[in-house]
Amino acid sequence: MVRKSTAYLIFLLVAGLVMAGLIFMHPRLQMVDYERGLVKRQHLVRELGLTDLCLFTEARYTRHLSQADLHSPFQDYPMALEHFPSGSLVLPPEHLLKR
Amino acid sequence: MIWIERQRAFLDFTLSSLWRRKVRNLSLLMIYALIIFLLSSVIFFTHALRKEAESVLKDSPEMIVQRVVGGRHSLIPISYVEKIDQIRGTSSVRPRLWGYYFHPASKTNYTIMVPEEFSQPDDTVETGAGVLRTWGPLWKGKLYFKTHDGEAILLKAINTMGDETDLVSADLILMSESTFRKISGIPEGYANDLSVNIRNERESQTIMMKTVKALPDTRPILKKEIIRTYISLFDWRGGYVIVLLWGALLAFFIFAWDKATGLSAEEKTEIGILKGIGWDTSDVLMMKFWEGVVISLSAFFLGVIAAYVHVYFASATFFEHALKGWSILYPKFSLRPSVNPYQLAILFFLTVVPYTLLTIVPTWKVAITEPDLVMRH
Repeated sequence: MVRKSTAYLIFLLVAGLVMAGLIFMHPRLQMVDYERGLVKRQHLVRELGLTDLCLFTEARYTRHLSQADLHSPFQDYPMALEHFPSGSLVLPPEHLLKR
Repeated sequence: MIWIERQRAFLDFTLSSLWRRKVRNLSLLMIYALIIFLLSSVIFFTHALRKEAESVLKDSPEMIVQRVVGGRHSLIPISYVEKIDQIRGTSSVRPRLWGYYFHPASKTNYTIMVPEEFSQPDDTVETGAGVLRTWGPLWKGKLYFKTHDGEAILLKAINTMGDETDLVSADLILMSESTFRKISGIPEGYANDLSVNIRNERESQTIMMKTVKALPDTRPILKKEIIRTYISLFDWRGGYVIVLLWGALLAFFIFAWDKATGLSAEEKTEIGILKGIGWDTSDVLMMKFWEGVVISLSAFFLGVIAAYVHVYFASATFFEHALKGWSILYPKFSLRPSVNPYQLAILFFLTVVPYTLLTIVPTWKVAITEPDLVMRH
């Protein structure tokens, strides 16, 4: 019968190899596909003059986060509270933070 | 060799001891692995998105000039182009026409935009892959729009941007200038903002100051500020998500501390018996050290591997709900697989080391007590 320590050390070895394979080998294998997509994205950004990632499409100040003004999260009147879920995940844009 | 064999004997004993309380220890292992999975997923995801934002947005315009009226972004007169063009160091100034269109049928917000050169006729739009995914049924391949004055128009849709650009183009609808003005109601002579190209990037700060001086009602936004906005957004140390996860991590450590300090009567008796049959205090501590290592190292490997698969193979599906919020449209994207060894090391020292130490301290307290006292107690 296999000793428990042997079985556990084999588990650690396999887990370590899987982790090393994912961290060091997988990025190399994916690089060609990724680079092809990246070039297309960069080209589109340059051609259209885009400024933001399309991650949060629910509110205009999170869709174009870098272009937001200080008041946009509060919509159009002073008592309107910021209420979009993505508003709680993002920070105001850099140019407003440094003021 | 003797030392190694001795450690293996400790490991054998520890594994048998853990297996005797398998339900408790397996549930602990699962919770521990889940915490590490969540933490590493956030770290991998934010790191990959930050890298992606840096690589993609480096091709953004050098400077965007907005007009601000009453503290809000307002339409900018196209006549401002000439004034900015006169500032030395600028190579080109272009008015940008863009806006939002809410489609009531799909309850989705889209970004409508006019490219510098649009090769399609006025009744045709180019769409990002996400638009056709969410718009709903098309009528003979056409999209139904309502213009600013209530008129209904049908525009033929062609998808020219594939899935690969979804992260920047999922909600984009490109159209001709006349169609855009008809839909948005932005009058002739006005644009949303101006994009400025600068010959030497190092002069951007000076050009920005000159722009504000020449046009005091404007607010220039530099490319480096756009990129920094995304870097700070996805900086895991400053993100709100990690703050929330710290709560989960602290809760876990309180749980682990409670488990470790409140050694069960069975565990105390076990330590007493071991000491009674001749084990040293150092032997008992070594056994507990191995117990901590077995649980924390297994949880670390399981958590990190699962997080890697989650972020880089499954496009961080569990975070989709949080990022999506109320929005209908969410881009399809695959991130560049890369793990920062520094972050992995931090994760290791924040999770494996404290737990291992936590299990040793209370055992040491019991182990230094006389064995008969421990067993009688």
